[in-house]
Amino acid sequence: MGAAHEGQGYMTKAMRSPGEAQHEYRESRGFASFDDPDTLSYVDSDGTPKFELIRQTEEFRTLRRRLTTFIFPMTALFLASYLTFVLLSAYAKDFVSTKVIGVINLGILLGLGQFVTSIIITLGYARYAKRRLDPQRKLLAEKTGVEE
Amino acid sequence: MPTTGNPVLNLSVFAVFVLITLYIVYRVSSRNVTASDYYAAGSSFTGAQNGVALSGDFLSAASFLGISGGIAAHGYDGFLYSVGWVVAWLVGLLLIAEGLRNTGRFTVGDVLAFRMKQRPVRAAAANATLVISFFYMIAQMAGAGGLIALLLNVTSKWGQAILIALVGMVMVLYVLVGGMKGTTWVQIIKAVLLLLCVTLMSVFLLGKFGFSLSAIMQQATENNKLGEAVLDPGAKYGFSAMSKLDFVSLALSLVLGIASLPHVLMRFYTVPNASEARRSVVWATWTMVIFYLCTLVIGFGAMALVGTDKIAAAPGGENSAAPLLAFEIGGAVLLGVVSAVAFATILAVVAGLTLAASASFAHDVYANVIKRGNAEPRREIRVARLTAVVVGILSIIGGIAANGQNVAFLVSLALALAASANLSTILYTIFWRRFNTTGTLWSIYGGLGSCLVLILFSPVMSGAKTSIFPDLDFAWFPLGNPGLVSIPFSFLCGFLATIFSPREPEMAAKAAEMEVRAISGIGART
Repeated sequence: MGAAHEGQGYMTKAMRSPGEAQHEYRESRGFASFDDPDTLSYVDSDGTPKFELIRQTEEFRTLRRRLTTFIFPMTALFLASYLTFVLLSAYAKDFVSTKVIGVINLGILLGLGQFVTSIIITLGYARYAKRRLDPQRKLLAEKTGVEE
Repeated sequence: MPTTGNPVLNLSVFAVFVLITLYIVYRVSSRNVTASDYYAAGSSFTGAQNGVALSGDFLSAASFLGISGGIAAHGYDGFLYSVGWVVAWLVGLLLIAEGLRNTGRFTVGDVLAFRMKQRPVRAAAANATLVISFFYMIAQMAGAGGLIALLLNVTSKWGQAILIALVGMVMVLYVLVGGMKGTTWVQIIKAVLLLLCVTLMSVFLLGKFGFSLSAIMQQATENNKLGEAVLDPGAKYGFSAMSKLDFVSLALSLVLGIASLPHVLMRFYTVPNASEARRSVVWATWTMVIFYLCTLVIGFGAMALVGTDKIAAAPGGENSAAPLLAFEIGGAVLLGVVSAVAFATILAVVAGLTLAASASFAHDVYANVIKRGNAEPRREIRVARLTAVVVGILSIIGGIAANGQNVAFLVSLALALAASANLSTILYTIFWRRFNTTGTLWSIYGGLGSCLVLILFSPVMSGAKTSIFPDLDFAWFPLGNPGLVSIPFSFLCGFLATIFSPREPEMAAKAAEMEVRAISGIGART
């Protein structure tokens, strides 16, 4: 069966993955079972993560909430700004044809403004991911004992 | 016909580029053994390298020749393309890159079929990939035709056809020899060269006009028959209610389609993890912003120094604006360099497309649909290589047929297809737990099918002087770009088909795995 085969493929790959990653993986697993045997294990005996359990952890929910509360409003924002520019260009010709600097008109400036907002959102997301998402991913990995 | 440099010089600059890149491709890919090496370069590229390669996929003939040409011919309306191309990266960054990297291995089909019934979904994903890549490829090959016509002063249709075929063969060679690693390196080299080239040209142009964009545009208006009106919207799209709607439709396809193209999606697999995928999009955004600022200068610069009429009359039409400008400011040598870079661009992009199409066929159709997931990896790669040859031949034929069309416009059709078939399905499958196999099939085929039907019955195909079949008239859909209808339609299809079909409890475990992997990256190392 395709799905089962794929799944196995991932795992054998994961076990083979080189160097420190594999090391960390073993170490954290060992830690969880050795230190506190009553704690819920997030990994099967054969090393497969128990995704349904992980999904229900508080850490995962927090991560999911932080991700979606950033990406969806931001998407709405940049789409709205882009469509405003497009609709103004199509339906408010006289308005966007207003000359601002020399022969450069408002429309060209609005278009260049889209470049600026794209950069701001891109850098904003990179920063947000570094500060709010990646640390939370690390917390989750520590709790479940499953590395990436 | 204005003389455009020395064909021998142009050809030799180009030949040197091809030889150097072929050598590099050969060197980096001597260990080209596993499927992961061939399809995803062993996921060994860094975010920065991959970001440059990603932007390389877009700094294509369509962008460089088509958009600078669009600006040179239509002013403001050409500039609108640039804006869409830049903003579109946000879709990739925020919604697609990381989730895709975390859940797939080689193809779009990997992600779409992750928690669905494998065979029908993979077949559907492969169909979409092949159709989209074919449209995109035709655009690139048509660009190659125009460029060759200009460079080598080959005006006969047959001569151009032979040269298009040669371009096609070189690019298949890149793919066969280099796989994803070789193709990515070609893409990186080319992107750097192209960026340097446009930046230097823009700085030179700005310097010539006292660093005033306004001065360039002022002079540009004097060389365009519309005069100052060319700086306002409407030069290309006009003011009828339909043409305005057509323009909005195009804008929507641009912004939603770019990050849904299969060869771009495949690029997210060449990095080792999701945070490198994120970094590569950040890099790509920067290079794209610089590049499209430059196309604005180059486009208006070409209008100012070469003049719209001369561009329209040159072999290759609008697409030849940038090379003509290069000749105007730097003589035969700069023309040779610019053309070689533009040519390299076409080669690299088409190689990437060929790879995406052949991977999709070999990995999704051959290995997972026909062999039901039990294909021998070596055979799978052999099938991929064979497919690359077939795709190459098809694109040569398509390119010869489409020779002469504006390449940016052709690309916009491919983008409408990509946004319709892929975007809705990817977003649903990553972010909507209830989404099921029926919904997946409906949103892929609903989007792809409606888009194809609307193109077929649009003025692009028949009923207008600029149509592919100008003598026939079977058009009833008024818009040249179908995105405005087909993109929402595919979202609707996926939604309705899902809520009116039973849940798939047997897939709950896979759904949980997908959600955790997509969002956290846990278990995603491949």
